[in-house]
Amino acid sequence: MSPAKKTSNTEDYLRMYRQMVRIRTFEDNANQLYLSAKMPGLTHMYSGEEAVAVGICEALEVTDKITSTHRGHGHCVAKGAAFKEMFCELLGKEEGYCRGKGGSMHIADQSNGNLGANAIVGGSMGIATGSAFTAKLLGRDDVTVCFFGDGATAQGLMYEVMNMAALWKLPVIYACENNGYSEYTATDEIAAGSIPARAEAFGIEAHSVNGQDVLAVNQLTQDLVARARKGEGPFFMELMTYRYHGHHVGDINREYYRRKDEERDWKDNKDPITLFGAYLTKEGIATKENLAEMQAAIEADAAAAVEYALAAKYPDTSEVDMHVFTDVKHALA
Amino acid sequence: MRNITLSQAVNEALAEEMRRDETVFIIGEDVAEAGTPFKVLSGLVEEFGTDRVVDTPIAEPGFMGLAVGAAMTGTRPVVDLMFGDFIYLIMDQLCNQAAKTHYMSGGKLNVPLVVRTNLGATRRSAAQHSQSLHALVAHIPGLKVALPSSAYEAKGLMKTAIRDDNPVVIFEDKLMYNDKAPVPEEEYLIPFGQANVLREGSDITLIGTSSMVQVCQQAAELLASEGVSAEVIDPRTIVPLDEETLLKSAKKTSRVIVVDEGHQSFGITGEIASRINEKAFYHLDAPVLRMGAMDVPVPFSPALEDITVPTPEGVAASARKLMSGEMIHAA
Repeated sequence: MSPAKKTSNTEDYLRMYRQMVRIRTFEDNANQLYLSAKMPGLTHMYSGEEAVAVGICEALEVTDKITSTHRGHGHCVAKGAAFKEMFCELLGKEEGYCRGKGGSMHIADQSNGNLGANAIVGGSMGIATGSAFTAKLLGRDDVTVCFFGDGATAQGLMYEVMNMAALWKLPVIYACENNGYSEYTATDEIAAGSIPARAEAFGIEAHSVNGQDVLAVNQLTQDLVARARKGEGPFFMELMTYRYHGHHVGDINREYYRRKDEERDWKDNKDPITLFGAYLTKEGIATKENLAEMQAAIEADAAAAVEYALAAKYPDTSEVDMHVFTDVKHALA
Repeated sequence: MRNITLSQAVNEALAEEMRRDETVFIIGEDVAEAGTPFKVLSGLVEEFGTDRVVDTPIAEPGFMGLAVGAAMTGTRPVVDLMFGDFIYLIMDQLCNQAAKTHYMSGGKLNVPLVVRTNLGATRRSAAQHSQSLHALVAHIPGLKVALPSSAYEAKGLMKTAIRDDNPVVIFEDKLMYNDKAPVPEEEYLIPFGQANVLREGSDITLIGTSSMVQVCQQAAELLASEGVSAEVIDPRTIVPLDEETLLKSAKKTSRVIVVDEGHQSFGITGEIASRINEKAFYHLDAPVLRMGAMDVPVPFSPALEDITVPTPEGVAASARKLMSGEMIHAA
């Protein structure tokens, strides 16, 4: 763990730990729902990357915005979403955040500033930059964080919007979650040169940080958010992390692109929750029992939310042509 | 009433809406001091400044994506896409992001933006600066599509588009920028989904969009001199489409030609013809005819380009065939 200022941060630290466990627990449940054929569609697990979403979102206010990715459950939880509405959305139920119309890859929760997950790789980079443009134009002080993966650095849109963000000093932070794999291909094979250097070419200050260290991520983000609010943005962060599962839940036999011993090493030695839990106990912020109790409570909460979502009703079929346009109740009527 | 050009009409619409609502801004290539290559926006940057008339790098997907995010968070961007042909460059941001955000979020997020761009051939600009691509946009649920056919229409439809809470794409006919028409001094809006019957007739209906409205009106003149009474209708918006007015006319005249400058295959003309066939079949005395642009890339040579788009003479000739019953036995 990074050297932390152990002042009155106890509550913050425990909340960060809780949020990371909530993400892991959410994903474990989502994985089970999928594997037991109770969840339709396709989904991508965030497990292993929890310190990134939590370290960043804990540095944000509720009025700050994020854009998310196809691997977005972690961002959604970290920005303040509730299990019940999330599981309902994953199962296509009426009480989901998007009334079941978005699903795993499109959860948006604008009440907490989450402008939505995006199933086009790199697709939300324009949206995040535009959200920062709004803040500047209307004189608001909110900051937008754009989450994306290493794979998205291959998309041209990133370079177009970073150029504009730098020209216009927009309050946006580009957060590249480098988990080492671009779908089923090692990032080394798809990304020439250095990833932070891409941002530096536009004169954007770029940082590379250990994405398994929640405090390091949080401290860096706090600093950059404060500076972005003062008009010193944009910024770029590369967060070195790892996804425990495959690209998507069905990506089981993946030895052709990723070794099992490598996965084992990250899980055993670089797990963000284990590392932070050990830090909390070592520093006397919590006991192992405290953390176990917290985990048990979260698991119970998730189980109740899953149970609720499984029993919840689907949207009425009359909703199929609702929300195509804002001003037309039924687009096909 | 004063006469002003289509350019001036669009300029006035933007200025009025920007004065009315400080969240409206214009973004695109060379929109500020240059006022666009067509000079439609000249003078706006002087009044509203570079914060609200925003020159971008040449990066259509980038500024389109930026506009989507800006619209989702409380502003009303007017995206200036210099040529309609560049719509291919912004397809992901327009069709996967802007069009679907309201639906995918279950109605929680809105994307109130306007893309103003253009269509129209016969400007000797060849295949990548002459296309009429509104059918591509109209195909995607969640996008509205307006096709102004005069200065009056351009102003009223633009003002309505800016106030709409949905993404709207407006295609102006780039050959009409200097065409003048009567435009009132006082404010007016033209509602979407209300077709305009420009000329009443009893023998045949000519439905024309955008640049093809004047083609249809000229064809109607030619036909009138031969004793054929043609009704001319401008749908104004193709999404939403005023089916009611089109069907009423089809039932009255029993013969219809749909004229549009997009490519004829899989286009606007086929869509409107189908709806009339499905809903007015027993009232028809002849098949509904489609007249679009030729299914070829727009050629440069004037000798070739001019024959790719419908003309008043061509529309009148087709109308005569329908009137004579020739088309009924064509198969």
